[in-house]
Amino acid sequence: MARILLQSKSAAVNPLKSSQPLGAAFAFLGVDGAMPLFHGSQGCTSFALVLFVRHFKEAIPLQTTAMDEVATILGAADHLEEAILNLKNRTKPKLIGVCTTALVETRGEDCAGDIANVKLKHTQELAGTEVVLANTPDFDGAIEEGWARAVTAMIEGITRSGERARHPKKIAILPGCNLTVADVEHMRDMVESFGLKPVILPDISGSLDGTVPDRWVATTYGGTSVEDIRELGTAMQCIAIGEHMRRPAKALLGLTGVPYVLFQSLTGLQDTDRFVSLLSSISGAAVPARVRRRRAQLQDAMLDGHFHFGGKKIAIAAEPDQLFQLATFFAGLGSEIAAAVTTTDRSKILEKVPAVSVQIGDLGDLESLAVGADLLVTHSHGRQASERLRIPLMRIGFPVFDRLGSQHKLAILYQGTRDLIFEVANIFQANQHAPTPEALDPLRNREISHERCSPPLAGQ
Amino acid sequence: MSSLSAKIKDAFDEPACDKNRGKDAKARKEGCSKSLTPGAAAGGCAFDGAKIVLQPITDVAHLVHAPLACEGNSWDNRGAVSSGPTLWRTSFTTDLTELDLVMGQGERKLFKAIREIKHTYAPPAIFVYSTCVTALIGDDIEAVCKRATEKFGLAVVPINAPGLAGSKNLGNKLAAEALLDHVIGTVEPDDSGPYDINILGEFNLSGEFWLVKPLLDRLGIRVRACIPGDARYRDIASAHRARAAMMVCSTALISLARKMEERWDIPFFEGSFYGISDTSQALRNLVRLLVRKGADPEILERTETLIAQQEAIAWKKLESYRQRLQGKRVLLNTGGVKSWSVVHALMEIGIEIVGTSVKKSTVQDKERIKQVLKHDKHMFESMAARELYAMLSEHRADIMLSGGRTQFIALKAKTPWLDINQERQHPYAGYDGMVELVRQIDLAIHNPIWSQVRQPAPWDCQPDLIGELPCTRNETAYLFDEFACATAHEC
Repeated sequence: MARILLQSKSAAVNPLKSSQPLGAAFAFLGVDGAMPLFHGSQGCTSFALVLFVRHFKEAIPLQTTAMDEVATILGAADHLEEAILNLKNRTKPKLIGVCTTALVETRGEDCAGDIANVKLKHTQELAGTEVVLANTPDFDGAIEEGWARAVTAMIEGITRSGERARHPKKIAILPGCNLTVADVEHMRDMVESFGLKPVILPDISGSLDGTVPDRWVATTYGGTSVEDIRELGTAMQCIAIGEHMRRPAKALLGLTGVPYVLFQSLTGLQDTDRFVSLLSSISGAAVPARVRRRRAQLQDAMLDGHFHFGGKKIAIAAEPDQLFQLATFFAGLGSEIAAAVTTTDRSKILEKVPAVSVQIGDLGDLESLAVGADLLVTHSHGRQASERLRIPLMRIGFPVFDRLGSQHKLAILYQGTRDLIFEVANIFQANQHAPTPEALDPLRNREISHERCSPPLAGQ
Repeated sequence: MSSLSAKIKDAFDEPACDKNRGKDAKARKEGCSKSLTPGAAAGGCAFDGAKIVLQPITDVAHLVHAPLACEGNSWDNRGAVSSGPTLWRTSFTTDLTELDLVMGQGERKLFKAIREIKHTYAPPAIFVYSTCVTALIGDDIEAVCKRATEKFGLAVVPINAPGLAGSKNLGNKLAAEALLDHVIGTVEPDDSGPYDINILGEFNLSGEFWLVKPLLDRLGIRVRACIPGDARYRDIASAHRARAAMMVCSTALISLARKMEERWDIPFFEGSFYGISDTSQALRNLVRLLVRKGADPEILERTETLIAQQEAIAWKKLESYRQRLQGKRVLLNTGGVKSWSVVHALMEIGIEIVGTSVKKSTVQDKERIKQVLKHDKHMFESMAARELYAMLSEHRADIMLSGGRTQFIALKAKTPWLDINQERQHPYAGYDGMVELVRQIDLAIHNPIWSQVRQPAPWDCQPDLIGELPCTRNETAYLFDEFACATAHEC
């Protein structure tokens, strides 16, 4: 069981986190016709927007209540009202997802009450548009929490409650924020190959997959439909992916009685086997030939790839569920997790991370813990540490702004695990150091050569 | 907050700004940032603006006193470049948690953070930024900075520009105020001379100031401080000993230029290094100011020789693009100084300007654009995304030059686009920079992808194909059978 080490520094150095409201907006972006709205000052929105754009290379719908000094002192309920009505008139969204920020939460505003008032006062004007609130102050949590809160808010606010007639082939899937567009797309194909009908919430594979529309659309285009969210209660089974999705899954269970199964990770042979077995037993269908073939390919990739993983020291910084996903992947191929850094101590998954300890912290912590590692695994901001330590960086998570196509990178199920093995093995092969007579000389000062074996970059 | 509101009031009263002078007292009091519409606003906040101006100072530790978002969502995101120190790219924030806020530990945490940075990185200065939440809970960053300065013996500078104070533009001005109050004039240089200048509002994006600096070196002009691009703290602290200044980005730092003239008698002019004639004019103005302040007048002639030489080379290089770009229609969708200065050079080689945004331009900028463009119907304040998309998808322009914010409007309309704002990859300043800009326009417009991506899928647009389908299908089926056979044999 990993020991959790709390942060003791006062100055965070090179943050690992992105903010909680950004995570909530991210989830709202997986709904068709959605418009996320930050309740705060315009800068909060601008920063998040720029970061999204840098990652996805897409126009991102995201608006602000534009709180100024007066609103900060006197209250911002009228800003919220005006913003909702403006958005409704200008962009006609099907969903407005309100994400609070540190500014409005520090004031302690009753945003739920404010939204209820707006809905009551403008029932007719707002017809056809759902308004949902996620309380996501920046001073708490990060993307995972924000994402989970937004999904919970959508289920609690939109899904019809009560026991309903169940559709035997319908499966509700609640993916965590660490799943990419490619992951979600691939998972849908897998589920459909069993003759099942998946409803995925949020579905970023429909909205953030980089397509070119034939007209200008101000909201998201594609993603889970509001109608599908409303009808989630008719699903036979719910599947949640990632520990942070337990809360929305529980909310759905409480509201509609739809039972859930939670997968902490879908990367790796065994977790995928469990997932496939579940689909097979729900559908009563045999595992299709092409899924079996993918499994065999993964077995082969593990056989071919394990040479490159054994004994390697890996330093990972990621949000809790992604940290678990990656750490179990590397450990499962014989690598050692030399450093594990994450954003919050709240997640129950952390103690299961296959590392001696998990540091709550930032990329500054990663940089000091990763000395001597063979590979850094984190998002694009790890590039400075990678340069200074001269250790290769595998970019994963959010944000990835200095490489193209991160949303189309597959990392789950048989095929994604196979691809991940190849990617890592190729990084190691590209960074190989050819043996030299000096380095191998058995009569060379033994203490020094011993040092070389353990942390190859120590002292740099 | 009282000193902050005084600062803001002061920032809104700008004698060197014609637009500001044109307003009556009441309108002036309301400030130059338009009030924002909730649900229909865009752009950064005052903190963003302050950070943009100050962060390129390369050897300073920039510490943001805030919950995560202000710094966590925005660090290391600009294209300024350093020729030495890298500390400015390291991100520091107090990352306030709920507990810090509830227990009122903000100031203590800030002080400890300053100590940690001092011990680990030993920078010449630490800049401390206030933000919405820390302003709201009343953390006194000025007091903390004062105490830290005394205790640790290094400059700890408070930057009081919380986001809720206003727009990015206001933040630019508040950053300038902080430099005037706490930095400029605090170090006496021992080497000041008659050819020392300051460049204000140059950010050294993609290193583009390095396309200009060798020209100044050639003339024997020394850049005492370039604020902020590739600056060192000491250069800025001793910037008050320069003899003349050039202000590059007009809306951002005009108050800094004016106040440095008032306090230290450093005359300035507003100029640009974008465009050929503008670069030449900037060099002329610089040496004229230096001569006025006592430099040897022989520099005037040397400058003219250099200009003639460099212009000839640049025009010759540009001429080779004339044939490829003649008659191409450019839409310039960016604010401020870039518009008018680039317009001239583009038109010179036969490019047509079909529109230019004047959102951030001053009255003078607009006058200049009007003169160049002949009629002002091509000027627009700002264009809604939908209109812009319509204009581009109807091919009423061959390329749009803009910042990242409107990038995807152009790309989704399948129109060539070139980044000319802070995230761009290429340097565009000086004579070589203008050639580079034209080269990039040429590359963008003539990329072979455009004809390919504009082509609809064949099954969407050719009714004939549907008629031919049975035949095509048979053929495919036949091929498939053959292929299947072949693979079967292999197995």
